[in-house]
Amino acid sequence: MRRGLVRRGPLAREASGRESTGLRTGRAARTGQYLALLAYLVFLAFPFVWLISTAFKPARELGSLHPTWIPENPTLDNFRQAFDEQPLLQAAGNSLVAAVSAALIAVVIATPMAYVMARHRGRLASAATGWVVVSQAFPFVLVIIPLFLILKNLHLINTLWGLILVYVVWSLPFALWMLAGYVRAVPTELEEAAAVDGAGRVRTLVSVVAPLLAPGIVATALFAFITAWNEFFFALVLLKTPEKQTLPVVLTHFLGAEGVADLGPLAAAAFLATLPSLVLFAFIQRRITGGMTAGAVKH
Amino acid sequence: MTSVTATKRPGPDGPPGGRSGRDGHGGQGGRPRRSWRPGPSGPPQGKAFGDRAAWFLVLPALIPILILSVGPLLYGIALAFTDAQSGRTRSTQWIGTLNFQDLLHDTLFWESFRIGLVWAVGVTVPQFLLALGLALLLNQNLRLRWLARALAIVPWAMPEVVVGIMWRLVYNPDAGILNETIRDLGLGDGRDWLTGLATALPAVILVGIWAGMPQTTVALLAGLQNTPRELHEAAALDGAGAWRRFRTVTWPAIKPIALAISALNLIWNFNSFALVYVLTSGGPGGRTRLPMLFAYEEAFRYGQFGYAAAMGCVMVAVISVLLAVYLVGRLRGGESR
Repeated sequence: MRRGLVRRGPLAREASGRESTGLRTGRAARTGQYLALLAYLVFLAFPFVWLISTAFKPARELGSLHPTWIPENPTLDNFRQAFDEQPLLQAAGNSLVAAVSAALIAVVIATPMAYVMARHRGRLASAATGWVVVSQAFPFVLVIIPLFLILKNLHLINTLWGLILVYVVWSLPFALWMLAGYVRAVPTELEEAAAVDGAGRVRTLVSVVAPLLAPGIVATALFAFITAWNEFFFALVLLKTPEKQTLPVVLTHFLGAEGVADLGPLAAAAFLATLPSLVLFAFIQRRITGGMTAGAVKH
Repeated sequence: MTSVTATKRPGPDGPPGGRSGRDGHGGQGGRPRRSWRPGPSGPPQGKAFGDRAAWFLVLPALIPILILSVGPLLYGIALAFTDAQSGRTRSTQWIGTLNFQDLLHDTLFWESFRIGLVWAVGVTVPQFLLALGLALLLNQNLRLRWLARALAIVPWAMPEVVVGIMWRLVYNPDAGILNETIRDLGLGDGRDWLTGLATALPAVILVGIWAGMPQTTVALLAGLQNTPRELHEAAALDGAGAWRRFRTVTWPAIKPIALAISALNLIWNFNSFALVYVLTSGGPGGRTRLPMLFAYEEAFRYGQFGYAAAMGCVMVAVISVLLAVYLVGRLRGGESR
């Protein structure tokens, strides 16, 4: 054991940055770890692989009693058929408008508030933080009925604007949480220096704090976009006519009445609907995880 | 608008020492110095601004929050004490606790509530254990870790509706990969998982576990990366085995995050809707009818707004009590060790 330690000590220190290496990890344990990781990867990836496989399969293979992992004769027919069956382009357009507007508005109104949450000591900041936490526990069912009635009175039922308003408020808790974390990461000394230099508060915010926050703001906006793009429940309740509906709602139309769905087009449409979220998520993945940690740091 | 005193510069009691040094820096822009500052003044430290400025900054977000979040919540609680229905011309009446009395005897609702609890616990607990295992692995120096990290996050990025559709394809009795694998392994013919009375709920729970893995893993991984490494090394030097090191070093460090994320998961899962709506719509025979689905149907299919709001209130109340018990129990359990 002693020898092992001597041999591993410097190696371990060298190999690891901030992560902990396997201290004294034997070969058997290492193999076990790789096997476990492989099992996780299979579990996490196989449904998605199956979705893609189904999307590219011709109808004949889909009807076969022995489905294969890889389509024997890959085809784009399912995609063509999906666009024929449902107004996918229109739905994607609606989703895009709703998600982009919601993300932009959310970030614009959340950034100043997040600044207060991070920098201000007072009842207002604690109340805001309290709301962020409590709103996570909000039962949607208790909120959706009043929302429906309020939006109905404002004549915003079955409009994208009504949905956008709901999405803005609904994405605020996470946006505030993330942005407050980013604000805390900006050293107060910078602001103090700007103030000493005679920059006014507004000026300090605009030309000192905002540029440093920009990457965080972009990441938050993208996250808000993804949440809105993926959202289903509010869209289902608030949008009635097919021309207004967003992508997730239209996707459920493929399922038909009693489950007997046309699998190929269903898979093709579902795959397409996921792509924007996946691509954007790949961009901000690191920042999201960083933002969660930053927000979690006690102050 | 701001008082005259606010026009003063920070003054003699400003940050000591830093001035002359920073002036050199500040010259870079060559901008004219202003001698006034909008907003109330104060020492330019942490609490650099007064309440009025804070209100001003908070207002744009506060108004929508009040109208579309806090307001609806209170409105919803009030609705629970009325006979509100959709599309009715007669005005809504206060009916006191009548909805709650009805609810007490509504066996369908309580059955749905029980399913909701089974679902929430059945998803949250395995999800936590699996995510903890994955986070521990991802915290090691393994090859392909980047790939595993990227893949572990994929379910997070997917629309819930797509997750549901995807698993329907997996569970499909004829064209699904699950039954095909079972046939290949010679374990029988497989079955129709989502419509079988016995299999529907477990099948749906598995999807729930899959879908929520990323958030839990990421949170736990963040906690793991804050564990003091020196302690780990010291414990290893003292000859503590992997399990002991986990118990004595890792777990105490990640416990707050673990508690927070599992409590949040419990709430999120209990409130979940889209996954099960797409997978089974609550069937077969109500075996997967989560309380959210029940309340949704009550409100938007049958138009019983007041009654559905009462259901929402009961859900919140019970979940709050359960959470309080869980958190208090956990925290106390930690102290006695």
